[in-house]
Formats: sequence, structure tokens, C-alpha cells
Amino acid sequence: MSTLGAFQAAFTDALLASACEGAHDDGFHVYRNTVRRGCIDALEANFPAVATLVGAAWFRSAAAHFAEASPPVDARMARYGQGFPAFLASLPTHGDMPYLVDVAHTDLAWSACHDAADAEPLDAHAWLDAWEGRRRWRLHPATRWVASAFPVASLWQASRDGVAPRNLAWLPEAILLTRPGSQPLATPVPPATLCFLEACGAGQPLAAAADHACEAFPTFPIDHAIAAALGAGALALA
Amino acid sequence: MAAPGIGLGFKPAHAEAALGQAVPGLWLEIHPENYMVDGGPRLALLDALAGAYPLSLHGVSLSLAADEPPDAAHLARLRAMVDRVQPVLVSEHLAWSTRRGTYLPDLLPFPRSHAALQRVADNIGRTQDALGITIAVENPTHYMPIDGHDYSEGEFFAELVRRTGCGLLLDVNNIHVSAHNLGTDARAWLGSLPLHAVREVHLAGHATDATGLLVDSHDAPVAAPVWALFADLLRLTGPRPTLLERDGNVPAFGELLAEREHALAISAAAA
Repeated sequence: MSTLGAFQAAFTDALLASACEGAHDDGFHVYRNTVRRGCIDALEANFPAVATLVGAAWFRSAAAHFAEASPPVDARMARYGQGFPAFLASLPTHGDMPYLVDVAHTDLAWSACHDAADAEPLDAHAWLDAWEGRRRWRLHPATRWVASAFPVASLWQASRDGVAPRNLAWLPEAILLTRPGSQPLATPVPPATLCFLEACGAGQPLAAAADHACEAFPTFPIDHAIAAALGAGALALA
Repeated sequence: MAAPGIGLGFKPAHAEAALGQAVPGLWLEIHPENYMVDGGPRLALLDALAGAYPLSLHGVSLSLAADEPPDAAHLARLRAMVDRVQPVLVSEHLAWSTRRGTYLPDLLPFPRSHAALQRVADNIGRTQDALGITIAVENPTHYMPIDGHDYSEGEFFAELVRRTGCGLLLDVNNIHVSAHNLGTDARAWLGSLPLHAVREVHLAGHATDATGLLVDSHDAPVAAPVWALFADLLRLTGPRPTLLERDGNVPAFGELLAEREHALAISAAAA
């Protein structure tokens, strides 16, 4: 290793050490604090609903531990924290807030939706052509979803809005994230809608995807399930 | 000469104010890393800014002083952005921030050794080849003495300019902060740099930490000694495209425009 490489290896190890070991200049702490704060600030920006639910002090402490174990691997800090939901699931406090992991997944899904490629959503007219096989279609690049055993849609939306959840029923929920206009749109959806979209994402024709959802949820009106997906702009022209 | 006049570091909070008016002579600087996305509102904002004002791309993560070449995928994304927005200038830092796949979000110091000069010149060359243009490289902030220098910062920059054809992005606040932290004279430091290669000047505010170090915090107006150093610089170079940076405690757009007027006045006096 070159002397430059050896210097940078040692400096990196010292920056990422969990405790600031050994004697360092005051100046070294400026670098160390800047790196740590950069990681923690990015996580706080990328997981705002989680931060609201647990409070800033808890969040920043957890984020500091995560950053030590999993420093960024990409300078695009808006993507930092792909492993943060799994980290939350590994914490001893997980049993007290089991819904937090799915809220974190939803924060990640929102960011992915926000920054995904642009595409023309499938409108009602194009839908008919696509259904009958005359037009090619695909899942919109911005479409994401999270299904949860907890009321994730209600908890996530209230946390993003900075308000207490109202009339919260402690039941499983699913949330669909799409970008029909300029900004992401979060829509609570029935499980049948996700079943339909999963089949669409697996490459099934629309009619087959609808049949699949019908079979899985025979008592749910399939037209409602599909309307929820289409209305949110979850599909796009290919 | 890159962009004329006095520019502002763009903050998304100012999107409406900046795009809702046409400020004469204004140009904007962005961090390309914040707009490296496939689509959506960030890219739409970038396109709107590029349509309204001259843009300068000021990278923070190329890691030119790392003991490894710049990330090829990152360079490809930067090239795509250069092609997309046709910036008036692309700049980076004389610092490192990556190490074997880990990104450390800061601009880190290194010994200005013979080996480092070779490596940084090579990395600048690779960057310029990938982008198809020459870049400007910014003098970093220093917080601690480092052993193993073979060159002063001025000598190091002069060699980089000579070997690669790159320009100098001279951050006046960084000179002031570094001279304080290392106990040297800011004016002598300024005079040691290859001022003929200055393509852009940066101005920003700083803070004092609990140990008495000055920190390049970008969270306050430009301090009086930095304005004075800026005036000294322009007496040597004449007016140069100059950018005001504010990244924390970001005030209303109008307040930054008022600070910009002060920079314009100093610049005009040096013309």
C-alpha cells in the first residue's frame, strides 16, 4: 500500500471507530463529527416518518449506531439507509414498536418513488387497449408498495404529516406509492390491489393478473381493486 | 472565465423565489450528487434551474485525492449531467471522501507528497477525460497539521494546474479558517496560490467551536475578515466569478441577494 493509501486507511479506521480512541488533535474531531453528522442527518432526512414516531433523540442515537456499522457506500446520500429497516428489526426495542420496520420500508419506498424515472401513466382509454392486448404496458417505474401486519398506511401518513393518527384501527394495512403527477402519492389500498400489481409486476397479462387477484380475494370486487391501482397511476405505457 | 458576476449556492427552499423572478447577472451553483436521479421532481427542478440561470456543478464526492481512481459510474453520471445542463463550470475539491467502497461525507486531508501529487493529477486527468472539459479544484479547509508534506498548498496547486490544465476554485473563507487553525498568515497563504488560474471564488460564513477552532460551517453571513481578504484577492486578480455559499441557517432568498449586493460592490471596486 502506498503511503497515501496507508494514511487514508488509518484515517478511515479512526473516523469510523465507535469510540474515539487514542490521542487526536481537536481538528480530527471536526472531521469525525462532520462525517457522523452527515450520516445521521441523511438518515433523518430519508426516514422522516420513523424519526417522528420515535423522536429526534432516539432516532439520532439509533442512526449513529447504524452509521458505525454501515457507513454510506454511495455519495448519493438520498439513497443512504437501505439496510436501516433491517437494523431497526435487530434492535432489542423491536418488540415495543414492531410496526417501525414497515414504516421505515415505507419511507424508503417513498424516496424510491420520488426519484424513479418518468413515464406516462396508463389512463382509462389506454387501459382498454392494454387489457385487450393492443398496447404494451408495464408497472410505472415509480410504483412501490408496502404490505404490513400493522396499520402502516395510517401510521406512516400521520407521521409524515406530523400529526397523531386519528381513528386508528389496529388492523393490517397496505400502502401504494405512485407518482401520477410531479410528486409521490400515497394511497391506502386493499390487499387485492397489491395482489393484482404483484401479478402485473411478474409479467402476467392484465386479464390474468385480474384473475389471479380474484382467486386470491374472491369476496373483494376486483374492479375496485384495479381502479385503485389505475387511479393512482401505478401502470404506465411501455 | 466561467460564469460572470456573483452567484449563489442554490437551496431547494429557494426554488420558488429564484424561479419566480429573473435576477440580472445571477448564476447558481448546485451539488450534482443531489440531482443524480432517474427522474421525478429533483430532475425537473434541475432542468428548470438550467433553463433560468447559468449553472455551475460543484461536486463533493469525486474524491480526487483518494489513493484510487474516481468511481467510473459516478463519473458517467456526472458526464450525463454535464451534457444535460451544459454548466458554465464543473468543480471539485482537493480532498478525499471515499475509501475502498465506503463514502465518508466530508472533505478529508492528506499529506501533499510526491506520490499524492502524481495520484491527484492522474485523477484530475481521468475526470477531465471523462467529462470532456477541464475542471476547477477547490482549496480545502484545514483543521489539523498533517505530517509528510513535500509541497506547500500553493506549490501543489501550481503543479496540478501545470500538469492537468485544471483551474483553481479559490475559497477565501477556507484560507481564513485554515490560516487561523494552523496558525499561519492568511494573506501570505493567499499570495502563494497560482492566482492566474483562479476560475471561481467561494465566499461563506464560518463558526468557532468549543476548542477555538474555526469551522467552515456555511451557516452564517460572510465574516468581515473574509470580505477583506476577498477585496485583497480581487486587487491581485481583478473581478472573478464569485459564489456565496449558505448551507445552514438558510435565510430568505432576498437576504442572500442583499449579501450578494455587497460582493458585487467589492467586485465592482476591483474592476
